[in-house]
Amino acid sequence: MSEERYQLNKQLAQMLKGGVIMDVTTPEQARIAEAAGACAVMALERIPADIRAAGGVSRMSDPKMIRGIQEAVSIPVMAKCRIGHFVEAQLLEAIEIDYIDESEVLSPADDVYHIDKTKFKVPFVCGARDLGEALRRISEGASMIRTKGEPGTGDVVQAVRHMRKMNQEIAKVTSMREDELYEEAKELRVPYELVKYVHENGKLPVVNFAAGGVATPADAALMMQLGAEGVFVGSGIFKSGDPAKRASAIVQAVTNYTDAKLIASLSEDLGEAMVGINEQEIQLLMAERGK
Amino acid sequence: MKIAVLALQGAFYEHEMILTELGADYMELRKKEDLSDSFDGLILPGGESTAQGKLLKELGMFEPLQEKIRGGLPVLATCAGLILLAEKSCNDERAWFQTLPVTVRRNAYGRQLGSFHAVQDFGSLSAVPMTFIRAPYIESVRKDVEILAKVDGNIVGVRYQNQLAISFHPELDSDRRIHRMFLKDICNT
Repeated sequence: MSEERYQLNKQLAQMLKGGVIMDVTTPEQARIAEAAGACAVMALERIPADIRAAGGVSRMSDPKMIRGIQEAVSIPVMAKCRIGHFVEAQLLEAIEIDYIDESEVLSPADDVYHIDKTKFKVPFVCGARDLGEALRRISEGASMIRTKGEPGTGDVVQAVRHMRKMNQEIAKVTSMREDELYEEAKELRVPYELVKYVHENGKLPVVNFAAGGVATPADAALMMQLGAEGVFVGSGIFKSGDPAKRASAIVQAVTNYTDAKLIASLSEDLGEAMVGINEQEIQLLMAERGK
Repeated sequence: MKIAVLALQGAFYEHEMILTELGADYMELRKKEDLSDSFDGLILPGGESTAQGKLLKELGMFEPLQEKIRGGLPVLATCAGLILLAEKSCNDERAWFQTLPVTVRRNAYGRQLGSFHAVQDFGSLSAVPMTFIRAPYIESVRKDVEILAKVDGNIVGVRYQNQLAISFHPELDSDRRIHRMFLKDICNT
């Protein structure tokens, strides 16, 4: 990937900021998401809550299904491939997806290596639980980062943990002496240049969204107040009682994330939220995949 | 002199940094009450026009802003902002402010793989860097619209009265001439 292409890919993520990216499984859901104000959709066969319930191996979605969603909406369409499965990524690039999510939600195809994302023209977003993971993914070519959270649970605790951890580590790097950055790069197992960037700018070199377990307008606003630049909502919308209304409420809450009065009114009569599972009740921690 | 930046969704922060750099005050428009403050110009940033348009309507900001633009409020619109201003789109039924008598083509260069960077003249400015991200271009204009830039024969920048609308993102490059032109020639600072 040329430097110019990488810039363009980081810049697309900049256009998504302040927005909500929603998981959808059908063209109909994609249209609902777009009408509710989603800034992009993630096309997948099963939402994380159902992947969790079904068990078994979870793979890239059927390209035909993804195409159906691309045709249904004008906003960017993302899709997931398995961690390390560079051929799934090649297929997604071949159907001109706007963004690939190399995602721990699917079963990893490689338990050692992530995809060398610098070999692709299409942009990648990857999950991270801390600064080290985020910078490792960026050095592999990711042009956008999201917290891993714990997908398909409706429990926001892990997204909060990951966002706080990342911010604490960024603050630490920012306050370090310059001669300490070499050792920090070694500790984090990342290139020195990336640590230096964080030191100088106090932020990641790419856009950073929150993801995993966001189910309510308040959850979304919480992640924004903690410093997320936007929010992914997976199972939270189409596993709830009134998806269109909830989707639109979450979109407004992300724009006006400090306006408690507005978010209170947005939170009224939303119908049932997704049932949710507490992190202690789950067998499989998807966030442990791909470090 | 204060410039309002529509801060509902998208790359509004980038415009705000440039305004600060150029010594102009700015304020964010996130909800209806923000419109009661006075401002002398408006920036409509890049992002997703469908998301921004939906929020404008839902938050009760659409009509008051449309009134102000019709009344001659200086506007700089980039990418999604151009779509919000356009009278119509040739490949989408949705239309928003409709204060700019042009027809746009949304996602005119295709998906993200079609995004590109170019250098072209823009009105009296020579060699302006232009970053196009899933960009629209202008298919046709009414004859009183001034065409400022073309790339590969397609119109990518126009001025009509106090509206300066472009399909690329000057806020993503380091060249400040377009923002300066907006502040100087249209906002008259």
